[in-house]
Amino acid sequence: MFESPTIAEFLADSNLHSTLPATLLLTWTLILVLIDLFAGEDRAHWTPVAACIGLGISFLASLAVYSPAEGERIALYGMFIADAFTGFLNMVILVATLIAILMSWDYLNRADIHRGEYYILALISSAGAMFMVAANDLIVIFVALELLSIPLYILAAFRSIKNDGSELSLKSEESGMKYFILGAFSSAFLIFGAALVYGATGETNIPQIFSVVGAIAGGTSAATFYLLIGVALLVVGLGFKVAVVPFHMWTPDVYEGAPTPVTAFMSVTAKVGGFAALLRVLVTGLSVLVLAEGGAAVWQATATIIAIVTLVLGNFVAISQRNLKRMLAYSSIAHAGYIMVAVSAAGTAAVNDAATQSALIYMMAYMFTNLGAFAVVMAIEREDGSGGEIDDIIGLAKTRPLMAMAMTVFMLSLTGVPLTAGFVGKFMVFASALQAGLFGLAVIGVLTSVVSAFYYVRVIVNMYLRDGSGDLQPALETPYVRWAINIALAGTLIFGIFYPLATNLVGMVSIA
Amino acid sequence: MDVTGLSLTTITLFLPMVGLAILLFMNGETQKANLKWVAFATSVVTFFASVLMWINFDPSASDLQMVQRNTWAEISLGDSVINVSYFVGVDGISMLLVLLTTFIMPISILGSFGSHIFEERGREKLYYIFLMLLEWSMIGVFVVHDLIIFYVFWEVTLVPMYFLIGIWGSEERIYAAVKFFLYTMAGSILMLIAILYVGNRSGTFSTYSAGGDIGVIERVRNWEGEGTYWDAVGPEGESEDAGFLFNSVESWLFLGFLVAFAIKVPIFPFHSWLPDAHVQAPTAGSVILAGVLLKMGTYGIVRFNLNLFPEATVAWAPTIAFLGVVGIIYGAWVSYAQDNVKKLVAYSSVSHLGFVVVGIFALNAQGLQGATLQMVNHGISTGGLFLIVGMLYERWHTKEMADYGGVWKVMPLFGGISLVISLSSMGLPGLNGFIGEFTILLGSLGSDYLGFAFTLFATLGVIMAAVYLLKMFQHVFMGELKRPLSSEALYKLSWSEKAAFIPIIIMIFWMGIQPIVFFNMLDVSVDSIVALFVR
Repeated sequence: MFESPTIAEFLADSNLHSTLPATLLLTWTLILVLIDLFAGEDRAHWTPVAACIGLGISFLASLAVYSPAEGERIALYGMFIADAFTGFLNMVILVATLIAILMSWDYLNRADIHRGEYYILALISSAGAMFMVAANDLIVIFVALELLSIPLYILAAFRSIKNDGSELSLKSEESGMKYFILGAFSSAFLIFGAALVYGATGETNIPQIFSVVGAIAGGTSAATFYLLIGVALLVVGLGFKVAVVPFHMWTPDVYEGAPTPVTAFMSVTAKVGGFAALLRVLVTGLSVLVLAEGGAAVWQATATIIAIVTLVLGNFVAISQRNLKRMLAYSSIAHAGYIMVAVSAAGTAAVNDAATQSALIYMMAYMFTNLGAFAVVMAIEREDGSGGEIDDIIGLAKTRPLMAMAMTVFMLSLTGVPLTAGFVGKFMVFASALQAGLFGLAVIGVLTSVVSAFYYVRVIVNMYLRDGSGDLQPALETPYVRWAINIALAGTLIFGIFYPLATNLVGMVSIA
Repeated sequence: MDVTGLSLTTITLFLPMVGLAILLFMNGETQKANLKWVAFATSVVTFFASVLMWINFDPSASDLQMVQRNTWAEISLGDSVINVSYFVGVDGISMLLVLLTTFIMPISILGSFGSHIFEERGREKLYYIFLMLLEWSMIGVFVVHDLIIFYVFWEVTLVPMYFLIGIWGSEERIYAAVKFFLYTMAGSILMLIAILYVGNRSGTFSTYSAGGDIGVIERVRNWEGEGTYWDAVGPEGESEDAGFLFNSVESWLFLGFLVAFAIKVPIFPFHSWLPDAHVQAPTAGSVILAGVLLKMGTYGIVRFNLNLFPEATVAWAPTIAFLGVVGIIYGAWVSYAQDNVKKLVAYSSVSHLGFVVVGIFALNAQGLQGATLQMVNHGISTGGLFLIVGMLYERWHTKEMADYGGVWKVMPLFGGISLVISLSSMGLPGLNGFIGEFTILLGSLGSDYLGFAFTLFATLGVIMAAVYLLKMFQHVFMGELKRPLSSEALYKLSWSEKAAFIPIIIMIFWMGIQPIVFFNMLDVSVDSIVALFVR
């Protein structure tokens, strides 16, 4: 029988303090439930304010715990890993959540769907993402993924009923339902994949999978066979979460129907969490899964194909979208494709770390830019959720010049024009692809970004160049939305202009 | 090793940003009248700064001058660390093109002083902000010697130009602006791949060696394991190796760079964005586009294609020069067929830049010097032609040649100026255009890499230039006045219009009569490039 450890022993053995950023946020969320319960209706703003405080605390904890100099630390008996990778992505997630909450207050009141649970769910979800980026075990990946996803299913359907009980939007209901069913479906793939990998290797812990795979790779035993199927299923499951082709079908409908701040939030956190898990599993766990000695990992070819079809489909279909949210949905698919280019490059042994770093930079750039773009779309939407068509922004430069300018920067950044964060991201991703010897992939990547210029520039055309005026909403937004836009704008420009900043931040990341 | 002292190049480069900052803090409504003055003053100060550079410039030195280099980022990619540095400096070619930029800029700002576009479209503040941004990025392209920073400046020029065409252009402006953006972006992004490859393999993005760090140019020469052209053919070129063209990395990199530059120049058949962009752009936009932006392409070819990939250059020279000749003839021919004055001038650019391309790929001193001078000449005379077209349009509100006629009678001074500029553009001896074209033809005739036929057909272009420009002059300025204006006062040139022409006329004569000043500037820099190609 086990002897149950004392609390002091447990704290020492489990290295619990390394998990503080995520656990603090989760604990704070539980306190938030109480705050929301006792705040009452006339103090409804307490909940978002308290949520922001929680994010701040977690951010400070992140800064304190993940000083890159300390290297990596294992916590919770090998389940949880705190390294530079975790620390960096934690901050990306926290900033994303902050921007999303700033957007939400205004939106929820405008649509009369303000309920305190919203912030609680958002915080749980972002805590889930934080666990996911730190997951060192297939089981934790699965649990964290559910923690990340289940609140998102609810949030996606948040617009369906108003506070007064009247029905608001069927689309939001559809969005939540669709996301839930497909999400559950993909979780099943993930867990089945994990089971097969466990069957083949006898391990769920990623570093230990690494050592076992080294022994069985290249053989023709049944273990290799199950391992390959297991890895494929893991890729399918996570591919759903990050919305790469061909697992992207749910994205446009869910993104369009969900409340705009939720769309913005999940387009970032779900992708960050998913890609983090993907990188951990593939690079840390399975980089030795090679067919020939010294060759690239087996999954590189798969990742390359996924990247190519994602880039092509995402960018080309985005051209024909008239609704801004749908367009951004397809564009987010395309951006998942660019991150996938980096994942694919990470399959070459010498480029593991460089490619991982470039993926992280890309995610950060994408986070700022995409949230900013969604914030602008949200600010011009009407109460009933209409007004987000591409023709509705005609003349925005005249009515709201600052917002139009910000949107221009976001569009240029999504295109990858220099002096914006998007360029730095693309630059790093393509550089690592070239270093991995994936020339064709890099060329397809740059060519599809020219295609993407077509639909991003169309937004600028409508704001600045078209005469007349679309069906514009008078400025209704509160200062909070403007703050959300400003933070996103500042991030996009600062990391774009001073790009050593970004490369220095991820310089210590190494997960191979 | 870094050369960190603040250099004059940096000051010149960032002066437009100072103007931009001032403009940013001005109120677009209440201080409307002052906006143009701030922009104009900034561009004049920048011009004087570049003249100061010229005074400091030592034409006999073969290295870059007024250099500043600060390491900016060390990007670690896998096992290698790649240096990105802020590295500016000028040689003769850069110097001349910086001068051209800062020279064209105040002129084009003067040209928009009295313009009617602001009554229609407004947003004067934004207009001047974009002009400042454009000047900054154009100077940047010419002085920066780090591939990545070069790429940044190169791409940034797109944004202000896109808006200049798109907001203040004429009827089809949106189509033209989007086309311009997509075309140039498609080209330059392929260059990005080539840049990344070169940087990756060399471990640095600095093109030239500075302060102990070896630059890309030297490193590329030492790449191992490549069947280079010299290896296959030998400097004497006994046998042609067809495999080199498509089988070597170097050749592909050459093409990666070339596509970006060829679209910008534009080399036939990549020219189709140009007539649209030129015709739809506002006057200042056309002037800058023709005056400076197109030269970024030819400059890029000289700076990067020739320096980095001499073997590939030799292998591709006849092909590209052939496209240049096709451009000369085709541009001239299509130009002759135009009824629209602005389109005529636009196509003439295709023809004139064809000369530059032929000159560059003659790969000898005359050709390269002529090409560089022709870049400047074309900037001045075609810039002038676009100013003329702009002023005509401000008065008559039409670009159709059939609507004009007899302008000389009512506007004698304007007619005289236009004649001089047209003659300069067609290459009349004694004026600047002649010097460039003549030297290029001389170069192509003596070239080891091009044959006699290139010279022959290029010369045809000179004759054709006379045909279409004289046709334009005849239709617009001679004959009876077809459409009198409502008031006599409109026939007068305003002071700002006159002021815009004065420097152009001065330069046309100066470069025509005393070209030795400019040749001297280029001698050493050109020789160091040509040394790569001496057989």
